[in-house]
Amino acid sequence: MIEGLAAIYIFLLAGFTGYEIIARVPVILHTPLMSGSNFVHGIVLVGAMYALGIAETTTEQVIGFIAVLLAAGNAVGGYVVTERMLEMFKSSKRPDLKTSEAAGD
Amino acid sequence: MDLIIDASYLAAAVLFIVGLKQMSSPVTARRGIVWAGLGMLLATIVTFGTPELLESEHFTVNLSLIIAGIAVGGGYAWVSGKRVAMTDMPQMIAMYNGMGGGAAATIAAVELLKAGEAFPGESAAAYLGVDVAILAILGAVIGTVSFSGSIIAWAKLDGRLHLSKIVPGQHIVNAILAIATVVFAILVYFSADLTTITIFYALALIVGIFITVPVGGADMPVIISLFNALTGLAVGFEGYVLGNAAMIIAGIVVGSAGSLLTHLMAVAMNRSVANVFFAGVGTGPAAADAGQQEMKEIQAQDAGILMAFADQAIIIPGYGMAVAQAQHKIWELVQLLNERGVKVKFAIHPVAGRMPGHMNVLLAEAGVPYDMIYDMEDINADFRNTTVTLIIGANDVVNPSAKTDTSSPLYGMPILDAMDSDNVIVIKRGRGAGFSGVENPLFFADNTKMLFGDGQKAANELIQAVKEL
Repeated sequence: MIEGLAAIYIFLLAGFTGYEIIARVPVILHTPLMSGSNFVHGIVLVGAMYALGIAETTTEQVIGFIAVLLAAGNAVGGYVVTERMLEMFKSSKRPDLKTSEAAGD
Repeated sequence: MDLIIDASYLAAAVLFIVGLKQMSSPVTARRGIVWAGLGMLLATIVTFGTPELLESEHFTVNLSLIIAGIAVGGGYAWVSGKRVAMTDMPQMIAMYNGMGGGAAATIAAVELLKAGEAFPGESAAAYLGVDVAILAILGAVIGTVSFSGSIIAWAKLDGRLHLSKIVPGQHIVNAILAIATVVFAILVYFSADLTTITIFYALALIVGIFITVPVGGADMPVIISLFNALTGLAVGFEGYVLGNAAMIIAGIVVGSAGSLLTHLMAVAMNRSVANVFFAGVGTGPAAADAGQQEMKEIQAQDAGILMAFADQAIIIPGYGMAVAQAQHKIWELVQLLNERGVKVKFAIHPVAGRMPGHMNVLLAEAGVPYDMIYDMEDINADFRNTTVTLIIGANDVVNPSAKTDTSSPLYGMPILDAMDSDNVIVIKRGRGAGFSGVENPLFFADNTKMLFGDGQKAANELIQAVKEL
């Protein structure tokens, strides 16, 4: 378990880290990065799995199941859309520009 | 086993941070999401080995439920994420974000119910401890508001909901609801019985709905970004409740990064976050005097000639271009112009599209390389040296009254200085005002010509015109 001051350290350092990551990012990447950070908080899935795993009553199981359902949606959906967006970023130095147009379904 | 799990969670947290860091540069961005994805996979797999899970008396049932939940929730998200059009990306992010907020809130619910069952009638702190009980309840409020608010944001952006008001005196009702939620949050702390918890969650759900419904369409990106930050915070708090380092670090990193991003977006639109919640642009009477003047029309053929013989052309795309699916045609036009020796640049306003950077994604989808795309600060001085500026589907972001007219609702918003170029061609469907409902004097300026029509059709005609030369 993480308690007391150690937790406050983690909260503070994580807070600074997040700030630093965004502070120097070009506008071009704001949407993918927002989507990426949306994926990262999909880590709530492990908490949901834990909550459902230790559930004892039917009520807890139902709520825990909803938690896992939603969290899995967050994690998987966040990954898929971020990956799709970032896949398209490329520099003009590469000649294979036209091939990407056919890729969309 | 505990050590392996804790070490894996820490590794996952590091992978998330490295991944996000790589996502902040266009060159390494793709690798970044893969790193973060590996972290998520690792954390998920080791969680199956948690001793408390393995020792549970309901092990088989709970494990089947976990697998079913991941399969259904993940499967739905996989299919919808693969299918969604790039133009609809913002609402999809809102949806997934809401799901994360909901998950954090439901985890809190399980913990609070456990506390209520263990010591009925006593304070939740008796079972959870003071710090855990407080953070569980805070995470519950934040997660629930983010959940219902994000769903409303999704519905509004997806065109399924056109409501801007639920009750008269909305702001006062919202304030009362918020206070009631706080009261019930305190009640839950002192007695976590099922009824109190249910009312508490119901109130938080309604608050999320009520504060999001009045938010104007143009302000939606700020709200989505805010809810993204809030979900991160809720996840971080519930991470503390469960003693899970990966959740704390990842949640708080997202919470702070998201808060800063929200602030940057609000600044780019010249709005404060509070303003977004308590006022709507374009509800007041729009400046009407500009309507007396005449717009000058131009035919595609003449516009094409103008562009083909330009030294430098700048294209300002707006959301209208994406709606018309004209980005591929525009890129084709740019390639033709390049072949003729015209220097072409794309100018992107920070809030073009539905989110900052959304327009870059849409252009990237069409194959436009990112080094042809310029941010507002980098290109504004360059309009002076530009023969033709082509505006397609953008309006408010080039409205000069943001600089000159103190009575304009847009006043103070930074704009692209399109009016500084020798010629301005505006591709527009009709003569109406923009997204915010504000008239645009640029459209009546001497050096501006209007090319009326659907974005895709107009772009096609321009291509034909350039080809025929």
